Amino acid sequence: MDKIKLTIDNKEVEVAKGTTILDAAKTIGVHIPTLCHMKLDDMGIENKPGGCRVCVVEVEGRRNLAPACVTEANNGMQVNTHNMRVINARRTVTELIISDHPFECLTCAKAGECELQDLAHAMGIREIHFEGEKSTYREDTSPAIIRDLDKCIMCRRCEMMCNEVQTVGVLSAINRGFNAVVSPAFEQNLDHSACTYCGQCVAVCPTGALTEVDHTPAVIRALSDPTKTVVVQTAPAVRAALGEEFGLEAGTLVTGKMAAALRRLGFDFVFDTDFAADLTIMEEGTELLDRLTRFLEGDKEVKLPMLTSCCPAWVKFFEHQFPDMKDIPSSAKSPQQMFGAIAKTYFADKQKIDRKDLVVVSIMPCVAKKYECGREEFAVDGNPDVDFALTTRELAALIKLSNIEFNALPDEDFDKPMGESTGAGVIFGTTGGVIEAAVRTAYELHTKKELPKINYTELRGMEGVREATIDFDGLPIRIGIAHGLGNARTLLEDIQSGKSHYHAIEIMSCPGGCIGGGGQPYHHSDSSILKKRQKAIYSEDERKTIRKSHENTYIIKLYEEFLEKPMSEKAHQLLHTSYFDRSTQFEQED
Amino acid sequence: MHILVCGGTGCRASQAELISENLKTEIENRGLENEIKVVSTGCFGFCEKGPVVKVVPDDTFYTEVRPSDAKDIIEEHVIKGRPLKRLLYKNPKNENKVTSTAHIDFYKKQVRIALRNCGFIDPENVDEYIGRDGYAALGKILAEKSPEEVIAIIKDSELRGRGGGGFPTGLKWEITRNVENKEKYVVCNADEGDPGAFMDRSILEGDPHSVIEAMAICGFCIGADKGLVYIRAEYPLAIERLKIAIKQAREYGLLGDNILESGFKFDIELRYGAGAFFSGEETALIHSMEGFRGEPTFKPPFPSVSGYKGKPTNVNNVETFANIPVIINKGAEWFNAIGSEKSKGTKVFALAGKVNNVGLIEVPMGITLREIIFDIGGGIRGGKKFKAVQTGGPSGGCLTEKDLDIPIDYDNLIKAGSMMGSGGMIVLDEDDCMVSIAKFYLEFTLDESCGKCTPCRIGNKRLFEILEKITEGKGTEEDLERLRLLSNVIKDTSLCGLGQTSPNPILSTLDNFYDEYKAHVVDGKCPAGQCKSLLKYEIDSEACTGCTLCFRNCPVGAISGERKSPHYIDQSLCIKCGVCYDKCKFKAINIV
Repeated sequence: MDKIKLTIDNKEVEVAKGTTILDAAKTIGVHIPTLCHMKLDDMGIENKPGGCRVCVVEVEGRRNLAPACVTEANNGMQVNTHNMRVINARRTVTELIISDHPFECLTCAKAGECELQDLAHAMGIREIHFEGEKSTYREDTSPAIIRDLDKCIMCRRCEMMCNEVQTVGVLSAINRGFNAVVSPAFEQNLDHSACTYCGQCVAVCPTGALTEVDHTPAVIRALSDPTKTVVVQTAPAVRAALGEEFGLEAGTLVTGKMAAALRRLGFDFVFDTDFAADLTIMEEGTELLDRLTRFLEGDKEVKLPMLTSCCPAWVKFFEHQFPDMKDIPSSAKSPQQMFGAIAKTYFADKQKIDRKDLVVVSIMPCVAKKYECGREEFAVDGNPDVDFALTTRELAALIKLSNIEFNALPDEDFDKPMGESTGAGVIFGTTGGVIEAAVRTAYELHTKKELPKINYTELRGMEGVREATIDFDGLPIRIGIAHGLGNARTLLEDIQSGKSHYHAIEIMSCPGGCIGGGGQPYHHSDSSILKKRQKAIYSEDERKTIRKSHENTYIIKLYEEFLEKPMSEKAHQLLHTSYFDRSTQFEQED
Repeated sequence: MHILVCGGTGCRASQAELISENLKTEIENRGLENEIKVVSTGCFGFCEKGPVVKVVPDDTFYTEVRPSDAKDIIEEHVIKGRPLKRLLYKNPKNENKVTSTAHIDFYKKQVRIALRNCGFIDPENVDEYIGRDGYAALGKILAEKSPEEVIAIIKDSELRGRGGGGFPTGLKWEITRNVENKEKYVVCNADEGDPGAFMDRSILEGDPHSVIEAMAICGFCIGADKGLVYIRAEYPLAIERLKIAIKQAREYGLLGDNILESGFKFDIELRYGAGAFFSGEETALIHSMEGFRGEPTFKPPFPSVSGYKGKPTNVNNVETFANIPVIINKGAEWFNAIGSEKSKGTKVFALAGKVNNVGLIEVPMGITLREIIFDIGGGIRGGKKFKAVQTGGPSGGCLTEKDLDIPIDYDNLIKAGSMMGSGGMIVLDEDDCMVSIAKFYLEFTLDESCGKCTPCRIGNKRLFEILEKITEGKGTEEDLERLRLLSNVIKDTSLCGLGQTSPNPILSTLDNFYDEYKAHVVDGKCPAGQCKSLLKYEIDSEACTGCTLCFRNCPVGAISGERKSPHYIDQSLCIKCGVCYDKCKFKAINIV
């Protein structure tokens, strides 16, 4: 590779040709501040519109200042990142952004996590020399995401995630000049758009312009109500990230502390979504085998490949964008909803409580789960199977609010029966995990033989689209994996055009899978955090004594006592669902 | 005999089409249709005196013609063979009637290259274009020249981009040619948007084939077989004439798969813009053509390397293209003999504002502003005093008395604190408030900014708010300092040319008219009497006769007084509409 040499702040540096000034500076410990720029290394995700102009630097011989994030370093370049001219320009630009930003830092949902706040602090801004009109917009509240555009700084990260990474195409800049803002078409609300609520816009928003709908007050109310029994379930990816909110190193597993904290918060039963993940494998794995067997027997009606359906954003994505393929995904509900359905029937019966007095709270790495639990088909007589879904961030806030010193908590276990899970349930939290869990069970159910190995590393990784062929004792099963909806689109289009011939496909909406979910602690563009979380998930799997869903004793018991067998009539009624064509839902607001 | 009737948008708005119709009817009534042809041409440029009609070959020029004049023109000029005196142009200096354009000051110092056919030919008839050497350049290069040779001619001519940037055209072509790619594009930027500018529109309306021919030549040089004209949808007449011209060119084998049987393939399509000023920036223009939001992206890569659909794309402005065929026909030496040392050829300007002769002019580079304003433009309207001239549109600056004798070219204008821009030129007189002028241009930029980068989106808003404060009499000296500081940061940090130049009107007025700014903030006065908040209408009790006219006309009841005794204006009620001032017959109302 061609190398070039330049001088940054009087220090010579050699970098590969094509490197930006920003990246070149990093190699010598010069961290030029940025705001709109965002890059998830090794994941092919980058936002660099060069719009905020915070990263401007002086390049000798150049008429105006250069944005470091998009300007390529050239041989012999002389760069100054902090002289008077640069600092004055950078501070002015930052002041301008703040001059059009509400001074609500004390009450902002993003306080403490806001990148604009950090920037202002780092620049030592103590006064805003510009005053004038501030942009105001009506607030848009959807079932999962709140858009408070008064706080939008036009970094366009959300737009890039929505259009380029997720290919959902809901968010785009509209209007001109001072009135320019990011919005769905015709300034409609999100819930009138094809938004999947994947929450990747929330995950990357540097300010409080995009946040999740806050369900913590409702949960506090339920916990304080003596007539209610409140149970909680925690998704696999939460335990690999929650610690970050309490200053722990990314990738620290806090399963035991989390269970302890939930108990101290006053939940009557502390359960685990991993249990429901095992249940999902029983249903989804059986469905896959059923479709596969029928296919091999020559049944022309059977649809293959089967696609996973655990991810609510993915479900909404294909309902909007590929409605003609809505019979391909598995009919199995997501673990969150399976948990709710079982909790409000089997568990409520056991506890002899009416489902209306049982409140099911889920802790999710996800904002789409808030939307999912509100879908009409997941309720009985208006009583939802899952009452409230909190994000990992909301749980952390709740723990802090309740004066719990998280890091000092002892490790505790989940309650029985719905807190029991296997390693297969845990790996649901990362890309490749659902399909690996399914393979572990489907292999043994199909071949009636013990798995030759337990770790299917060929299914693991961080590449956006992966594929592998797993030998089911002579029967090659072709598997596709995609994370990020843009990658999912690629796979779906390949299926549509007949290019791909997979038997099973796993899709997760968020880059990295649930570990990178929109409800997780903010990664602030550090992709190593996602990798550490992924590692933590696999180490939790390794730690488990039972690592195949069909060996979960409480799952076996659930079938014996209640559901009979996978895909039984009762299982169908409680654990399976159907999908809707949402392709025409773009009606104009009144 | 030909009777040429201006068919430009301006004259059409004054019923030029009806003039043509009436002329035709009069001719037919006399059975002269075989002798006399009525031609609807492109813009003559002399919009001040439109609609204009010219009779050739005797070169008689009629101004301010009305449809009802058709009969007299035919009767007097055609039948009786003498010019219709009452419609002849009157030299304002000596009141003499002038017959020919050659003797009209407005035309005397003009040199028409880009506008060579405007006002001469029927733009809807390809034969008339061919009759004036049209497509000869294309034919010549296809038969005799290699792309490199043609690029060498353009480089030798030293033609620079007329869209405002002034980048050497030949060099741009060469760069695009040297990028290896099977798929390349020629783009004509017809997204003209400066306030008051209509150079490109007039060329497209008056001589569309010159642009088509030049685009084909460019395609041949850079190795592209597809051309796109990005034109704003608000130019319906230009669009219509372009469409007709493209169709005719295809019929004549001047566009298509095998142009003039040379094997060269080239065709042109139109792309419509929604009238966004910033879509004139070349990267924004390309994004808009691709169906995306028209906003600029960081350069490099330049369009020459990665443009439309990521392919090498050569973007030139309409006027630049219009120069190309003539350069090929007459040679690089002929072209670069015209103009100044570093800027060759001519420039078209839309002369507007407080001059006597507003209109479209084409002048050699190196001409002075004095010649343009006082000779071609006929001086300041109403005998008022010249104050400044704004060039370069919202990106340019204001030049003053001291700059009047600078030879105009790209570099001199920048040196003087303004720029060439695409050719807007607005003349200001003593009644114009320079703070308000700066505010006017900034308001335009504010409306037209794409909003992508912070300095342009928010910085310009803040600049505008400070100017508003000043014109409302609430400004401070600190505000003047802040204006300058912020302007400099916006120039230094904005993403594209729009933002980088948007504070120019402020900086140049601050430089040249600092006292006027100071009068606003220190004395609370607007010397030009334009800023309403700083005006006060007072009645001179000595001069007031108590006629009650002002009292009766005041829309807000701010004036009181008994009949036949002096009246009085209640300043707390006065909205400064100026009605009393206009109505008073005794000059008893003063602006203070």
